[in-house]
Amino acid sequence: MKLLVCVKRVVDFNVKIRVKPDGSSVELSNVKMSMNPFDEIAVEEAVRLKEQGKASEIVAVSIGPQQAGETLRTALAMGADRGILVKTDAVVEPLAVAKLLKGMVEQEKPDLVILGKQAIDDDSNQTGQMLAGLLGWPQGTFASRVNLNEGALEVTREVDGGLQTVGLRLPAIVTTDLRLNEPRYASLPNIMKAKKKPLDETSPEALGVDVSPRLKVLKTAEPGGRKAGVKVASVAELVSKLKTEAGVL
Amino acid sequence: MTTLLIAEHDNAHLKDATSKALSAAKALGAPVHVLVAGSNARAAAEAAARFEGVEKVLLADAPAYEHMLAEPTAALIVSLASSYDALVAPSTSTGKNVMPRVAALLDVMQVSDITRVFSPDTFERPIYAGNAIQTVQASDPKTVITVRTAAFPAAPEGGAAPIEAVGPAEDPGLSTVTGAEMAQNDRPELTSAGIIISGGRSLGSAENFKTYIEPVADQLGAAMGASRAAVDAGYAPNDWQVGQTGKVVAPDLYIAVGISGAIQHLAGMKDSKVIVAINKDEEAPIFQVADYGLVGDLFSILPELKEELTKAG
Ligand SMILES: Cc1cc2nc3c(=O)[nH]c(=O)nc-3n(C[C@H](O)[C@H](O)[C@H](O)COP(=O)(O)OP(=O)(O)OC[C@H]3O[C@@H](n4cnc5c(N)ncnc54)[C@H](O)[C@@H]3O)c2cc1C
Ligand SMILES: Nc1ncnc2c1ncn2[C@@H]1O[C@H](COP(=O)(O)O)[C@@H](O)[C@H]1O
Repeated sequence: MKLLVCVKRVVDFNVKIRVKPDGSSVELSNVKMSMNPFDEIAVEEAVRLKEQGKASEIVAVSIGPQQAGETLRTALAMGADRGILVKTDAVVEPLAVAKLLKGMVEQEKPDLVILGKQAIDDDSNQTGQMLAGLLGWPQGTFASRVNLNEGALEVTREVDGGLQTVGLRLPAIVTTDLRLNEPRYASLPNIMKAKKKPLDETSPEALGVDVSPRLKVLKTAEPGGRKAGVKVASVAELVSKLKTEAGVL
Repeated sequence: MTTLLIAEHDNAHLKDATSKALSAAKALGAPVHVLVAGSNARAAAEAAARFEGVEKVLLADAPAYEHMLAEPTAALIVSLASSYDALVAPSTSTGKNVMPRVAALLDVMQVSDITRVFSPDTFERPIYAGNAIQTVQASDPKTVITVRTAAFPAAPEGGAAPIEAVGPAEDPGLSTVTGAEMAQNDRPELTSAGIIISGGRSLGSAENFKTYIEPVADQLGAAMGASRAAVDAGYAPNDWQVGQTGKVVAPDLYIAVGISGAIQHLAGMKDSKVIVAINKDEEAPIFQVADYGLVGDLFSILPELKEELTKAG
């Protein structure tokens, strides 16, 4: 069983982002970047499947600039076996990412592809579903449990009313939700070992995919701010204010 | 020029998300058809037909659509797509699951989670947990959109649209539902509740949610929510999570109890009309968005709040 995991390099979740003064986009220079948190969960799940003897090889893929290679190194340090960087400086939308990933799937022939449910920069929540559509594969999105047993895949999904479990034919796509696992930190020896693991490079051109954007960004703006209100001194004051001043009770 | 809205329902009832997404669909300016894909879902289709501004309801009634699994539902929507310029669904877990698959099959870049419609091809959507707001213009021949329902009002009733049977499309047969653990309660749904009370990590246990949060929720007829930390710790079910990667809500009143106010949480509730924060740390970031802040220990404040609310009636 071969696994493909997809990792995106994004602004670290702890950074308070700023909109560029010209409103073109978000300031990305001199900002701490990290692996998208949902992708850490994807890598962790893949590594656990390998540790349980259910997978034989893990290939990590990232689409992005040269520095996305660092994100792949993190995946290798966590336990992935090989990395492939689809190198591009362009902003690549989910549809184009899915097409590039389809190219990688055709080349690598994995049995299971694990992605994050959402990249915390664009908050699109699309790529895994799109890849599944392009490949004609089943999809187990927003996974909080993955059960792989002798060729049968069961995925428990976090849905609006609770949890839903689906059985999927393989090959399949899984996207991770927060409760799937707690990703490990890469140990220093594993970080050292990761430097020697193979990291290949390819490009959208080599995969024959046109990554020109379909959405035109007309403007990027700061959200309308909300002002801090007042502190109340007691529960009685709170209830009275909610009743008379705010009128919400 | 016609818009197809994909209804969110449980076969027997239409969910509020549908009527809110309908407001966004109508804002595109074209006639709106509503697709109800389900199993024994005529009741949901009849409910859809009663909304004002719905020109026609399409009912695809087949066992394959009972749970609106992504693979057969996307195949159905794609089979209908040639008659439509825009395909719209609410950003519910179903909409998020199905629509990108549809978009990819149609070679369209989806616009996720729109909060405003400027024109049939230009929309506003939040990125980076709502810390930036982008205006984007779509260029594909068709538009595929998911709608952040908290940003749109529910469309009014008052229509009587005809219901037409469609489908089923061929079922790719790639997946089956093998189990479900759905919440059973009489509380309002988180995404349509007028009042929400949410608890954080500081509640300390599921029992404390019951002992401290629930009586206040009962008194207010409120829905209950939680921070990610509370859900991760097992104090609250996953579908209570409010935030960037959970549910986005905008009730009239949101009460955050023992929640620090991380940007990922704020992303899910900062558009609430009135925000109350109860936290023992007066520096907690949640106070920066709260209209009314009460500094103190939740374990003494909540029982008192229950008493005061009962008195106030
Ligand atoms: C990829 C990603 C996605 C995320 N998505 C979400 C999301 O959708 N929703 C979400 O909520 N979070 C999300 N988070 C997590 C978020 O960053 C915070 O970690 C989380 O919101 C913190 O939860 P909390 O406020 O309950 O806990 P804490 O930050 O630990 O805060 C607890 C608060 O309780 C107060 N307190 C303690 N004891 C008492 C007491 N006795 N009485 C009164 N107050 C008390 C403390 O002062 C503190 O402010 C996400 C994080 C990541 C990385
Ligand atoms: N540039 C990228 N490189 C690798 N994986 C990506 C990239 N963009 C998105 N993904 C994967 O798709 C998931 C969902 O992203 P999105 O659809 O953009 O929210 C992410 O969690 C990643 O696993």
